Amino acid sequence: MSSIAQKKGFGATLWDYLTTVDHKKIAILYLITGGFFFIVGGIEAMLIRIQLLKPDNDFVAAGLYNEIITMHGTTMIFLAAMPLLFGFMNAAVPLQIGARDVAFPFLNSLGFWMFFFGGIFLNLSWFLGGAPDAGWTSYASLAISSPGHGIDFYALGLQISGGGTLIAGINFLVTIINMRAPGMTYMRMPLFTWSTFVVSALILFAFPPLTVGLFLMIFDRMFGANFFDHTMGGNTIIWEHLFWIFGHPEVYILILPAFGIFSEIFSTFSRKRLFGYSAMVFATVLIGFLGFMVWAHHMFTTGLGATANAIFAVATMAIAVPTGVKIFNWLLTMWGGSITFTTPMLYAVGFIPSFVAGGVTGIMQASAPLDYQLHDSYFIVAHFHYVIVGGVVLGLLAGLHYYWPLMFNTMLNEKLGKITFWLFFLGFHLTFFIQHFLGLLGMPRRVFTYGADQGWDLFNAISSYGAIFMAAGVIVLIVNIVMTIAKNVPVGRDPWGDGRTLEWAIPQPVPFYNFKQIPLVRGLDTYWIEKQEGNTEGMTFAEPIGDIHMPNNSIIPFIMSLGLFVGAFGALYNGEQPWAIPVLGLGLIITFAAMATRSLKDDLGYHIHKEDLLNEKGGKH
Amino acid sequence: MDLNTKYTPHSWPDHPESATLEGKNKFLGFWLFLGGETVLFASLFATYLALKNRGPSGMEFTTQELFELPLVFIMTMLLLTSSLTSVYAMYHLKNFNFKAMQAWLVVTVLLGAAFLGFEIYEFYHYVHLGFTYNQSAFSSAFFTLVGTHGLHVLIGLGWITLLMLRNSKRGFNLYNAPKFYVASLYWHFIDVVWVFIFTVVYLMGVIG
Repeated sequence: MSSIAQKKGFGATLWDYLTTVDHKKIAILYLITGGFFFIVGGIEAMLIRIQLLKPDNDFVAAGLYNEIITMHGTTMIFLAAMPLLFGFMNAAVPLQIGARDVAFPFLNSLGFWMFFFGGIFLNLSWFLGGAPDAGWTSYASLAISSPGHGIDFYALGLQISGGGTLIAGINFLVTIINMRAPGMTYMRMPLFTWSTFVVSALILFAFPPLTVGLFLMIFDRMFGANFFDHTMGGNTIIWEHLFWIFGHPEVYILILPAFGIFSEIFSTFSRKRLFGYSAMVFATVLIGFLGFMVWAHHMFTTGLGATANAIFAVATMAIAVPTGVKIFNWLLTMWGGSITFTTPMLYAVGFIPSFVAGGVTGIMQASAPLDYQLHDSYFIVAHFHYVIVGGVVLGLLAGLHYYWPLMFNTMLNEKLGKITFWLFFLGFHLTFFIQHFLGLLGMPRRVFTYGADQGWDLFNAISSYGAIFMAAGVIVLIVNIVMTIAKNVPVGRDPWGDGRTLEWAIPQPVPFYNFKQIPLVRGLDTYWIEKQEGNTEGMTFAEPIGDIHMPNNSIIPFIMSLGLFVGAFGALYNGEQPWAIPVLGLGLIITFAAMATRSLKDDLGYHIHKEDLLNEKGGKH
Repeated sequence: MDLNTKYTPHSWPDHPESATLEGKNKFLGFWLFLGGETVLFASLFATYLALKNRGPSGMEFTTQELFELPLVFIMTMLLLTSSLTSVYAMYHLKNFNFKAMQAWLVVTVLLGAAFLGFEIYEFYHYVHLGFTYNQSAFSSAFFTLVGTHGLHVLIGLGWITLLMLRNSKRGFNLYNAPKFYVASLYWHFIDVVWVFIFTVVYLMGVIG
């Protein structure tokens, strides 16, 4: 297959990726796009740290600073972290459960393209009159009076990409429930599959409140509604509730897949079964459940009253229990294991103290009276960067190194990988640890500068210099990626040597139909079991070789998403430009016409014939 | 999947909507989607309840003065009946009687269209009174909640009509059976949401 793919021209490759419904290629698309936005968000972070390097700095103006912090948060959460996680889910989960693809390959593609166009739309705000400037939470009291179109870009862009996320969530739920290979019972699923499963359920129930909140914002700002205008009877607290009913599960949507990746890594590089597998599964589900019960701890100072604050404080503290279960299980997985410190393992080991630190400050804030002191200070900034960077981003970087050979059949350079780790890890602690103290000293978040007489100079300077180390780490990573792609040395099956789960049992490069024969799963860590028994095939098969049904490629998802992208410009300029409503209509017509085409045209897919599989030709493509 | 397989009432599976893997996936995926839709409407209901009767000082519109139960009662009956006729249609889907299913779906669509007609009239009436979308927080919340439901009805009508037209000449197969089934699930969901709108918006608005 790979020899055929290399002969294709650029146009053909591009068309292939625009129309692909193959989860492995969609994973690569998520990785590239998410990686791009990660760089963009990182540059924004560097601009923030340059501005705060010294007191009374005028590197950026106050208004531009607001735009940068808003776009940094929004980009990192919605356009970098989530897509990168979706990339790994797409790359690994269908293979981990022994499936030939996801349940809805067409929707998989649609989900990606909606995310893509939503992200592009949001970032076009930089060039079309200014970015959103009300923070990533975009509280309505700030957002409805924000001049220009920044907030409109935020609301419409997130609406489009949020739709894509919801679609992806439903897709993974159905895939994991319906598409598991024989013998792959729920309690034999690898932890990354389990966390994907729980996260998809969170997405399903958490994104609709965001959808509604964003619609209210869109209607208020672009169509004259009055949800948040108190002179007309509106109430801005509605936004805060809707946003955080989404927003708190969202942080678990980010961290749980990272937990899943780390669970795989700990077990692989300790050469041991994951300690307390069933407790890990239970903890994952419990964290997912409790994630919906705690949203108001973001609103302790809003004035909901002592009773509400007390209930949400206790619920928040409860989450520490399942999280603690996980931490101890990871430690005990390493205990007595035969550990190899590969790059992914370094990230995993570095993750534990970093995340625990973030978790502990979280428990501090769960105490509502203390939160009144900490609220909106740099202590909060330090806390959530410890959980998001110390948890999610370390998980993403670990996953990138760990799953790279699965996705590309090459291996990132270990030496450069370790240099990246140390630069990034030290830089991270240097940047954010000191911010706890800045917060305790009273420095407020989201303020563009501070005075020389306030005593925050040194700590801010340390924080800014730390950020340089993180940037250097990312640059080394990029060099590593470019070098690996240029060298292009294939590594073959089970490149880490200690793979335990099905995705490592498959020959490399992974055939486009994944499994020639669907495997029979004989236990937890099924590939490990087969290896122990000397099975060179890597798996026991559940079926003889037969015809394989494959879905057709389609350009329709791209066109549907493009229609929403076009329509969003119409909504944005409503009431300002004469062409606004026609363009909105045109966009919606494109989308609905594409949907109708999809309904009217039968799409039955095609079969790879048994004979071709036996000839090792791999069938047509 | 082979579209040319000919079925008889005897060889037609008991659960044609989930007889294939594609059908099973559609069936489950759609139920999950409806779970998400439930949260979407819950959020709209919460917003409506928070903003009910809220407006600029001296606002003359309240739920008591605005809503007229006889009209809403007729609308409710139309939509509930359409849900029943869609059940008949699904009965004939399982029964392998394509013509009867199409006939009941036509009745369903007509009832749904009548409902939508009344809703458009209702909205027109309110706007005529001066209760426009931009008039107050209450009006924005009311039109958004009820209008989102109305939009769902419109999409459902278009969807079912398209399905009927597309398959009118070829009858049942295991490719289109899940599509019909899922469309009827959607229609039931629309009906359930209306029951809540009828209760929370109209009954509690006039009586509560």
